[in-house]
Amino acid sequence: MSDTETDELSIRTRNLSLWYGNFQALYDVSVDIKPNIITSLIGPSGCGKTTLLRCFNRINERYGNVTTKGEVQILGENIYTEAVALAELRKSVGMVFQRPNPLPISIEKNILFGVRSHSRRSDLPASRREELIESALTEVSLWNELKDNLKRKATTLTLEQQQKLCIARLLPLKPDIILMDEPCSALDADGIERIEELISDLKDRYTIVIVTHNMAQARRASDECIYMYLGEIKEHAPTMELFMNPKNEQTAMYIEGRYG
Amino acid sequence: MPEVANTTQLAQSRFAAGPIEQRKVLVEGIAKKLMLVAALCLIVPVLSIITYIFFKAAPVLGLDFLWGVPEGGGTGGGIWPPLIGTFFLVLVSLCICAPIGIMSGIYLNEYAPDNWFTRVINMAVTSLAGVPSIVHALFGVGAFVLTFGMGESLLAASCTIAVMTIPVLITSTREALSAVPMAFRQACWNMGATKWQTIRTIVLPNSISGILTGVILEVSRAAGETAPILFTGAAASIPFMADSLGDKLMPYYLGDKFMALSYHLKVVADKLNDVPEAMKYGTAAVLIGLIFILNSFSIVLRMYLRSRKKW
Repeated sequence: MSDTETDELSIRTRNLSLWYGNFQALYDVSVDIKPNIITSLIGPSGCGKTTLLRCFNRINERYGNVTTKGEVQILGENIYTEAVALAELRKSVGMVFQRPNPLPISIEKNILFGVRSHSRRSDLPASRREELIESALTEVSLWNELKDNLKRKATTLTLEQQQKLCIARLLPLKPDIILMDEPCSALDADGIERIEELISDLKDRYTIVIVTHNMAQARRASDECIYMYLGEIKEHAPTMELFMNPKNEQTAMYIEGRYG
Repeated sequence: MPEVANTTQLAQSRFAAGPIEQRKVLVEGIAKKLMLVAALCLIVPVLSIITYIFFKAAPVLGLDFLWGVPEGGGTGGGIWPPLIGTFFLVLVSLCICAPIGIMSGIYLNEYAPDNWFTRVINMAVTSLAGVPSIVHALFGVGAFVLTFGMGESLLAASCTIAVMTIPVLITSTREALSAVPMAFRQACWNMGATKWQTIRTIVLPNSISGILTGVILEVSRAAGETAPILFTGAAASIPFMADSLGDKLMPYYLGDKFMALSYHLKVVADKLNDVPEAMKYGTAAVLIGLIFILNSFSIVLRMYLRSRKKW
């Protein structure tokens, strides 16, 4: 894993700084995220991990008064240029939120929502649609549970099913990267376990970046780990190394639970 | 065991209300009753107005009154021409103000960035909503009747009503839109949907009940007013010779002056001695009835759309 070439990286940022109005939330963040592994972002509340995550598909811009400086490369390409169409970017970089947010429409429409907004009606005949629905739900292991109920409203599912559905509906868009903002914090222990299993199944095909408050989760479920503090990256290392042998004093204090 | 139960009953419960608790309960009771009385006060005038008017109107109310044509300058006969006139006024105003009001509401709520331009629009909306209807009427005369050359007509009056209604419509539309949770919009944007795709597929289907109810309520309220149509197209009396059923149902064209209930009521009420009381109260009763029917329609529509609501 040493010496990865630039164009093999999934995400690479250089001197990325970000301000909400006058408040600086990120300071010169330079980070390389490797493809097809799970990278977790940890750190105390307000340290900028969610903000950094949101930079990767430029969704930050929807939250008003945001200034960004520096560079973010996704798959070797700078995404903060005029030539980037946000819709295309978000197709390739999907996001899963803290609270499951299925749309208030049927399960199948949720899965098709993304592709529909990117294709002409004629490119999506019924056979193609069924194919997409089945493969997306199979990938998140919901197909057997839900195949007879595809018309059911997605908002009536259990939270765990909703969160899986939120992951499933990204898949027909053929994303390269899936960003997850504390995807398990609304779930119970069983739900967390199954979502973690799912995430680790997905990493062969997608690069996954996950923000988490739960250090046990970062330790269990991620390959690399980034510790952030007050808008800066303090340490980025393979998860086991970071937890067993932290180089940074603050990281050590945080993972020992002395603050956070 | 029974002994234990007995002792607990005899002894003062450790959870019995102390002096502060007793006071809290007392204050709570008073506050609740006060507010109940205030709410009841609201019902009294409504009921008494309706009872009084319908009681006074009882002698004339009937199909002949509704379907008939006024005779002798409103001293007798029926009320059909103003009734259908008001109905047309509501319909034409709706067609003008609904699209403008709803679309600007959507723009302001979903698209508009927070800058000085948006703030100017918001200020304009708030101030317009506070302008008295007689001022709108004068504006209507200047703009629609004279400048745009519509003359005193159904169209000019409808435009005036529309201008008066749009600001309130914008406000009610925005309220309905902001009731749709932000998480739905976020989900859509994150899949690369445009704002319009988001609005069309998710936001509107979930807010349409509130939007439409607002539209109908506001327009029917405005159509009950006299001032905005006073100089813009309402006529005290129009020779109404309807031979065929078609003429009777479609008596006015957009360029015609028309009769309307609110103005008709003003006209007959002015003629203190000539017009029998029942005629005046009859007109008022029909006006109330019409607004009531429009409101009920909007409530039924809302219930229907809500039952189809998607979350």
